[in-house]
Amino acid sequence: MSEISQAQPNYNYKVVRQFTIMTIVWGIVGMGIGVFIAAQLFAPVLNFDTPWLTFSRLRPLHTNAVIFAFGGCALFATSYYIVQRTCQVRLFSDKLAAFTFWGWQAVIVAAICTLPFGMTSSKEYAELEWPIDILIGLVWLAYVINFFGTLIIRKVSHIYVANWFLGAFMLTVLVLHIGNSMAIPVSFTKSYSLYAGAVDAMMQWWYGHNAVGFFLTAGFLGMMYYFVPKQAGRPVYSYRLSIVHFWALISLYIWAGPHHLHYTALPDWTQSLGMVMSIILFVPSWGGMINGIMTLSGAWHKLRTDPVLRFLIVSLSFYGMSTFEGPMMAIKTVNALSHYTDWTIGHVHSGALGWVAMISIGSVYHLIPILFGQPGMYSTRLVNVHFWLATIGVVLYIVAMWMSGVLQGLMWRAVNADGTLTYSFVESLEASIPFYIVRFIGGCFVVTGMLVMAYNTYKTVRAPKGTLAPDPATQAA
Amino acid sequence: MTMFWTIWISVITLGSIIGCYFILRWCLRNNAGVPEGESMGHEFDGIEELNNPLPKWWTYLFYICIVWSFFYLALFPGLGEFGNLLGWKSSNQNIQSLEESRQMSQEAKATGALVKYDREMKFAEEKYSPIFEAYAKIPVEELAKDPDALKVGQRLFAQNCSQCHGSDARGQNGGFPNLTDDDWLYGGTGEKIKETLLNGRKAAMPAWIDAMGEQGIKETVAYVLSLSGRDTDLTLRKAGKARFAACAACHGQDGKGNQLLGAPDLTDNIWLYGGSERAVTETLTHGRNGVMPAFKDTLGEHKIHVVASYVYSLSN
Repeated sequence: MSEISQAQPNYNYKVVRQFTIMTIVWGIVGMGIGVFIAAQLFAPVLNFDTPWLTFSRLRPLHTNAVIFAFGGCALFATSYYIVQRTCQVRLFSDKLAAFTFWGWQAVIVAAICTLPFGMTSSKEYAELEWPIDILIGLVWLAYVINFFGTLIIRKVSHIYVANWFLGAFMLTVLVLHIGNSMAIPVSFTKSYSLYAGAVDAMMQWWYGHNAVGFFLTAGFLGMMYYFVPKQAGRPVYSYRLSIVHFWALISLYIWAGPHHLHYTALPDWTQSLGMVMSIILFVPSWGGMINGIMTLSGAWHKLRTDPVLRFLIVSLSFYGMSTFEGPMMAIKTVNALSHYTDWTIGHVHSGALGWVAMISIGSVYHLIPILFGQPGMYSTRLVNVHFWLATIGVVLYIVAMWMSGVLQGLMWRAVNADGTLTYSFVESLEASIPFYIVRFIGGCFVVTGMLVMAYNTYKTVRAPKGTLAPDPATQAA
Repeated sequence: MTMFWTIWISVITLGSIIGCYFILRWCLRNNAGVPEGESMGHEFDGIEELNNPLPKWWTYLFYICIVWSFFYLALFPGLGEFGNLLGWKSSNQNIQSLEESRQMSQEAKATGALVKYDREMKFAEEKYSPIFEAYAKIPVEELAKDPDALKVGQRLFAQNCSQCHGSDARGQNGGFPNLTDDDWLYGGTGEKIKETLLNGRKAAMPAWIDAMGEQGIKETVAYVLSLSGRDTDLTLRKAGKARFAACAACHGQDGKGNQLLGAPDLTDNIWLYGGSERAVTETLTHGRNGVMPAFKDTLGEHKIHVVASYVYSLSN
């Protein structure tokens, strides 16, 4: 940290501020809907016999809101911040940045105005209908141009590792979105996929798993590579490790989709190949976790006092856990038990809440004081409260879904001496109800944490500039 | 799959894995020009990067995964038509028709090919079919007195029939008959129940709106409702009685139905599609098409025999 650049360029923080605030707003909305539909699973009466309040309509809204609204805004905010700071240059275009912000918010509002009313392409994580898909494509193209434009006009010789991941995430998502959303419109609100049968399923999960691999992993690894060393005040552990795990991760992830289609009409060779690549993928995934956690060498004591760093490091632990679990679940034999059960839901949320949400929350807590000209957050204690609410919530959620999932898998495959199935489906559903209640409680913890964050942010933003007491933890750094 | 695609798949698959191997090898060496453990000398917004070597255990893990992937792709399918030395299949591939599927399945069972689905089915047939063969020798009505057989039948019912007829077999409105009330559309003997299960049933109540007109429907409904003792408008009922001649062809002069055709008894106040005036009007106006699927292919004759005993036992 010897030669921090002389005068800071005039960065575009406006768009970062906008996306950061909307990250929190959409986080509360998306997770709130999640808790509501979680409650419907043990108390179906909560759909009030209203079609647009049913699980089937709100579940896609929940996934779209948390992945693309919450996660998307977090990625936009942090990538715009990181690319400027690590290239030492203002964004390539302020106009394109503003277009991405308002365009992306329009996409989210359009999702809220269509999904609950049953307008859906029925492709998981790509439910939005074709006019919205076109808008997404345009916004994303503007994003890519703006990001790479900024990289091109950078003032430093090398491109920082965070930007490799962010760039890979953006380019791949563009390709995935266009490839999977190809459809033939029949009206303004209805279209049919260009692909049919097993090919359509394969396209869907090529997209679907890379929504996880590139949107929810590569993008957030970019975030990790900036905010972990920054918050810890330590250099990145290994440049060489980042090279191997970057190239291996992006070249292997794109193959993993077929593991969502084990034991289906997909040809055997496609299924096996998807499994092989998913299993090798475990190693580069852990490369990222090791590089993040080892960056803390020599700064472990900071975890005692800095709840923001705690968010970042715990998120890496969840990342390591779910990237071990994922390859394991991709093994056909394991998949035969886990597929279609709540185990999958638990796995997704250990990634989504444990990794994606926690790294985003940690990064947002790092950003807010800087963006709003304060030495620290309004209350470090509340950040700590949020950390514990989030951690307890996620653990309750995951453990409940593991137990429920394994129970379901075992009940579905249990056979009597005469070869008949021991349990009917509804019996396994009944057995899951206690776990659904625990999952709901876990979800409540997580949303409460988000509300605490919103309050803390509000107080920080509203305080007159520079008046909040410096955060003792970050001071020590 | 054509050879082109097999080669295409193999090249990019192996290329990706081998590419990972080479980049791993390359990064094991110190190419950075600075001693290991030192800073790389770049700095980004205050962040430096160290030139630390790759963790050893992690490197070995990578090697193990790469080596394993080659073995797996050689033994199991993965590289298009290449590899798969074991000849393993989850199920028969590239099937174009149901006939072909049955034929390939039989061949796989006969030759002992490594088709997982067919192997499991063969195993299940060998293990469980003696139980059902023994049951099949006992007539349905006799078997309905065997508590063990009834338990088996109930489980099969829960998995295959309860979706429509309910787990208590009391049916549901909308054309799913109650199986516990000894009121039978096609006959309630063991053999008849078996026949229904094996081959399914297709009921067709025609739509009468064109032939009768709205007034005609109204009159006929009044008469039909009166058959089961409902008090309806006398004039309508009288006119309806005259019109009922058209219905009598299937439901009989007395309205007691005909089990040969599956025409329901209209006098017993048991209704498949609801007995309200509105529901019966709907039935007469637009007709109904009830379908009981055939289970011969799904369950096979021996299992159906046991299910039939269970269904028989519900009302006997």
